Amino acid sequence: MKKILAMVMALLMVMGMLAGCASGDAPETTAGTDSANTGGDGAVTPIKIGLTGPLTGSNAAYGLAVKAGMEIAVEEINANAAQNGGLTLEFRAEDDEADGEKGVSAYNSLKDWGMQIFAGAVTTSPSLTIAAETLNDQMFMLTPSASAVEIPATGSNVFQMCFTDPNQGASAAEVISKQWPDAAIGVIYDSSNPYSAGIYNGFAEKAEELGLNIVCETSFTEDSKSDLSTQVTQCQDAGADLVFLPFYYTEASQVLTYANTIGYAPTFFGCDGMDGILTVEGFDTQLAEGLALMTPFDANASDEATASFVAKFQEKMDGLVPNQFAADGYDVIYAIYDACVAAGVDGNTSTADICAALMEQFASMTFDGLTGKGMTWDETGMISKSPAAVVIKDGVYVPMS
Amino acid sequence: MKILQYLVNGISIGSVYAIIALGYTMVYGIAKMLNFAHGDIIMVGAYISFSVTNYLGLPAILSVIISMAVCTALGVVIEGLAYRPLRGTPSLAVLITAIGVSYFLQNAAQLIWSSSPKNFTSIVNLAPLTLFGGQLVITGEVLTTVLVSILVMVGLMLFTGKTRTGKAMRAVSEDRDAAQLMGIPVNRTISITFAIGSALAAVAGVLLCSTVPTLQPTTGAMPGIRAFTAAVFGGIGSIPGAMLGGILLGLIETFSKAYISPQFSDAIVFSVLIIILLVKPAGLLGKQIQEKV
Repeated sequence: MKKILAMVMALLMVMGMLAGCASGDAPETTAGTDSANTGGDGAVTPIKIGLTGPLTGSNAAYGLAVKAGMEIAVEEINANAAQNGGLTLEFRAEDDEADGEKGVSAYNSLKDWGMQIFAGAVTTSPSLTIAAETLNDQMFMLTPSASAVEIPATGSNVFQMCFTDPNQGASAAEVISKQWPDAAIGVIYDSSNPYSAGIYNGFAEKAEELGLNIVCETSFTEDSKSDLSTQVTQCQDAGADLVFLPFYYTEASQVLTYANTIGYAPTFFGCDGMDGILTVEGFDTQLAEGLALMTPFDANASDEATASFVAKFQEKMDGLVPNQFAADGYDVIYAIYDACVAAGVDGNTSTADICAALMEQFASMTFDGLTGKGMTWDETGMISKSPAAVVIKDGVYVPMS
Repeated sequence: MKILQYLVNGISIGSVYAIIALGYTMVYGIAKMLNFAHGDIIMVGAYISFSVTNYLGLPAILSVIISMAVCTALGVVIEGLAYRPLRGTPSLAVLITAIGVSYFLQNAAQLIWSSSPKNFTSIVNLAPLTLFGGQLVITGEVLTTVLVSILVMVGLMLFTGKTRTGKAMRAVSEDRDAAQLMGIPVNRTISITFAIGSALAAVAGVLLCSTVPTLQPTTGAMPGIRAFTAAVFGGIGSIPGAMLGGILLGLIETFSKAYISPQFSDAIVFSVLIIILLVKPAGLLGKQIQEKV
């Protein structure tokens, strides 16, 4: 009897601690109620949007960028809510360390907080596990940056803001066949990474269709990526004068550095994962001269929306230049907000009703954001936007002619 | 002709493994513990060198010395705080603690230097040797790494063989209790071992990042595990064994990547390891120790 009593007491104490944690986290919430009141329409209940992403760990750079991009969008929206009928947003981010299981627990704690729309996850593995949960919960999901083709296929409630990997690979093949029709092409990809392998598959299929001349195909894995000199030598040996690098800039900077030391100078062509290479601290940007890449976002673009976003982001992140992840996060919040306003839902609408309304909106709406103009979504949840290819000249992106 | 380039690439990464493996084998041979945090001390060493050259603008050679000093201090502090209290407990406890220290160092590095990768500027300023009309390129980094790893190996062998402290280390390694009874300060000897191992880790970190420029909080983890494999391969506890194991591992890895399959290279490396251990359980140059009853 005493034991039971002790256990009950212990449980109560644990619950007390949990409650303590919850209130301790409260300042992270970007409260929207104040601006709603100043907007003169305090009656509209804010909608709660949640994000999970790697806020710590080796992928934290992506998670933190998306989180900051979203926070900027939420702050802007809440400041101007009066123009849109006073609808405001509340935003909260949880850490998933880019891990599938941790993603689900982060998602559950967001649900406990009262999340009505899920604007994550940042990376592919947690997006896959969470997408299955959102389907069960009938919760609308729009991932900013998880690009695997399996994600929108999970359910009709799951949408993507970025390209799917095979689509990006196919457009890369098209750009190459247009710009360098006679190139002898070498490809290096990360076979252990779904992003890289997905792009490669789309690329290989399209390249065959277009009759591109691929002279060397080689790969590496997560465990062997600390030394890529062999792969570069293989491409050089095969006589490739254009090397396609569908992986992240971390490894790409290694490839560029090594190619430079052995005096191998083909045209390098990368994907959106290459975006950010110029911001790597200590990287000699001279090495990236002439590097071509496909990216939907260019922080140096002169339009007003980009300039204002870049300024706000730098203020928030100690001068860090925003990458495509940050812009995707920003666009996700605006796309969700536009759809919510158009559908006339607010925080009092049930999660399932919001989901149904947004699915209808996304299937028909056209959205202009930082990462593209005239974006549309098909019924599977995949996005359609035109990819932009840029070349690095004098350390800045220049649109490819 | 490309076979020579692959050979050079293999020796290049192999000698980096070798220099890390020397640190592993040294600590294992004397303290009889697997210091899984060794790879992360390498990472700290590289970050210190990076910070000193990039933020303080000091010359590269000075950055190596500062980095060695910081890592030595770090190694001794870790040993004193995390490992010494566990002396005499089952080796599993120390192993788990080492894994904990490894995580601690990675996360601390992330707090201090953030998780976004940095590009390490090579500290080697030698022009690459170009042979056979550009067919074969031997970079200054390769020459430096090979040279340094040989120097370190010879230095360590002389140190453990000739000096008083070195002899004390060997005594501790053979029988800790007997060494203590003979008046050898066991704790101090192990501290010195950690100091030397960590200073080597700093050198290894600088050379690793000069060869492979990407620097992140997880940079040391994978090369650390490979170097551990290399140390086992060559016979853990044996100083020339670590060197041999490292170079062989680098060569097998590079050649299987180049001629068999880049995706299977790890499988091939570890299959070779398994075969070697089946034939020679103590590793290539390891001593088979008979347990006396």
